[in-house]
Amino acid sequence: MAQEIVEVTESYPALDAFYDSLPDKNGALIPMLHKAQEEYGYLPQEVQLYVALKLGIPASKVYGVATFYSLFNLERKGQYRINVCLGTACYVRGSEAILEALENELKIKRTETTGDGLFTLSSIRCVGACGLAPVVMVGDKVYGRVTPDDVRGIVDEYLGKAGEHND
Amino acid sequence: MSSGTGQVRIALRNCGVIDPESIKDYIATDGYDALAKALFDMSPDEVVETVKKSGLRGRGGAGFPTGIKWETARRSESDIKYVLCNADEGDPGAFMDRSVLEGDPHCVLEAMAICGYAIGASQGIIYVRAEYPLAVKRLQIAIEQATDMGLLGDNILGSGFSFNVRLYFGAGAFVCGEETSLMNSVQGGRGEPRLKPPFPAVKGLWDKPTNINNVETYANVAQIIRNGWEWFRQFGTEKSPGTKVFALAGKVNNVGLVEVPMGTPLRVIIEDIGGGIRNNKKFKAAQTGGPSGGCIPAEHLDTPIEYESLISLGSMMGSGGMIVLDEDDCMVGISKFYLTFTAEESCGKCTPCRIGNVRLLEILDRITEGKGEEKDMDDLENLGNTIKDTALCGLGQSSPNPIISTLRYFSDEYKEHIYHKRCPAGSCSKLIGYKILPDKCTGCTVCARNCPVSCISGERKKVHVIDQERCIKCGVCFSKCRFKAIVRG
Repeated sequence: MAQEIVEVTESYPALDAFYDSLPDKNGALIPMLHKAQEEYGYLPQEVQLYVALKLGIPASKVYGVATFYSLFNLERKGQYRINVCLGTACYVRGSEAILEALENELKIKRTETTGDGLFTLSSIRCVGACGLAPVVMVGDKVYGRVTPDDVRGIVDEYLGKAGEHND
Repeated sequence: MSSGTGQVRIALRNCGVIDPESIKDYIATDGYDALAKALFDMSPDEVVETVKKSGLRGRGGAGFPTGIKWETARRSESDIKYVLCNADEGDPGAFMDRSVLEGDPHCVLEAMAICGYAIGASQGIIYVRAEYPLAVKRLQIAIEQATDMGLLGDNILGSGFSFNVRLYFGAGAFVCGEETSLMNSVQGGRGEPRLKPPFPAVKGLWDKPTNINNVETYANVAQIIRNGWEWFRQFGTEKSPGTKVFALAGKVNNVGLVEVPMGTPLRVIIEDIGGGIRNNKKFKAAQTGGPSGGCIPAEHLDTPIEYESLISLGSMMGSGGMIVLDEDDCMVGISKFYLTFTAEESCGKCTPCRIGNVRLLEILDRITEGKGEEKDMDDLENLGNTIKDTALCGLGQSSPNPIISTLRYFSDEYKEHIYHKRCPAGSCSKLIGYKILPDKCTGCTVCARNCPVSCISGERKKVHVIDQERCIKCGVCFSKCRFKAIVRG
């Protein structure tokens, strides 16, 4: 498959300012990628290339790091990120069944995004809320002691919000 | 947090007691006393000696003597040295470091400064998971407050010793909990491990001598300095002094953090502190050490917990996750769960871990799908031992432990899956199915209404039927039926 040639066509003042604010420029790559993702939601190729030029390192190194760490996204994600915890405590209390129920409810598989761009479904590692197991997170909101029955209600809550927003 | 039978709080002494966002609260509970004592009453060598004599061992999992690390870093000659704190708590089911960082952040800063004084370092870095936003916030506040009060920064308390701490955020890679991977990550690279030796205390971050300890280890340091090594040794056992924090979770009645003296039997933690198994089920095993550990069966419940005893049982201390499993948990499924985790988190640098773990996982997949073969158990054991012997870092060297320990204690369960295509715990979905008993079904429609894939049909007050083709075996109908008309088998 032919790859498109990526060029930097825009300026990224937020990244420039962040770079200038770093006390130690050594090891700046991961902080820069965190900042870029915070600004743009994910790491488009052009942004990766910009970071490479800014730090004076090969783009391959930026790509290598961006793909190594699971928190970095190379693709745009849904408006609401539904994360099901698959840590051990959640797993033994049935989080796999919750993930399956969500797959059925949203009609997508894990790691996919719904056609309307509203939801991305993923599993995450332990969020350290093992006392509430099993745990589902939507954005920053934590739902504890979830059962497969609760899934529809949780999804509806956000469908409702998205509806209000569009009105 | 329960403070029931047999608990002793050293690492967690302030958690839930003081306001973690107030340095005055910390100082009021003798905080930063130990730092002052070290700076004005002790030489760096005396500090190292005290930590050595205390017998404190790394609480991150491997149990390496902390004093030896400090001594090596102290003896390494260099203009720059680093003090690192490993707060990349990645074991699924473990949250003790998070609690310390959120509940008592200053105790970590104080210990790092003491370490800096002891080894001759003026820079400290805490590598903390980005998944712990509250811990990050509290650490930031704590660093600011300590710097404002002259307890961190230049010329601390007028002693001439300077020490700064900054935070570095992980980005979701389990292998970064391995110390050399963590250092590569701080340097902005992929978190791949380095060959040891040279050890970090000789050649670590940016190739400079570096002392790296875990959060819970640091949480013990200030009190050892303040109260003396003899005080610390009154807790725990000869070889494993002090206490250990466990994150008790899974099928016990009381979940949460417990801190007990080393040497406490597992039974005390699970039955007395944990309040026994939920829903009157039967205890099957305790999983310790996360993906690097193993499962301890009922016959070993009275073993005192310390580093060596857990290893001899085929498990390990690990960072302190303790997941209690009951009769409904399939031990082959649990192995598969951990192997899925390590196979995904393998950094890919060395072949035994990158490829070997995937092969192990494929065998487990087959077994849980009813396609197991006679030679599978031997293959699992042989390949597992090969990976343990040949992988580059601690992740690969311990990744087969969940399999090897379950093969040792629960071989009957493997055999049931392989020879009889049955999952005795009723957990492997490919090996179970749900059926409605016509003579018990009242046609109440509860199962049909709750089925997430709408594969149950039947008219009101008539017998219902499950479409086996579309059934995802989630078990919702089984748990919802009030007439015991749905059976699993």
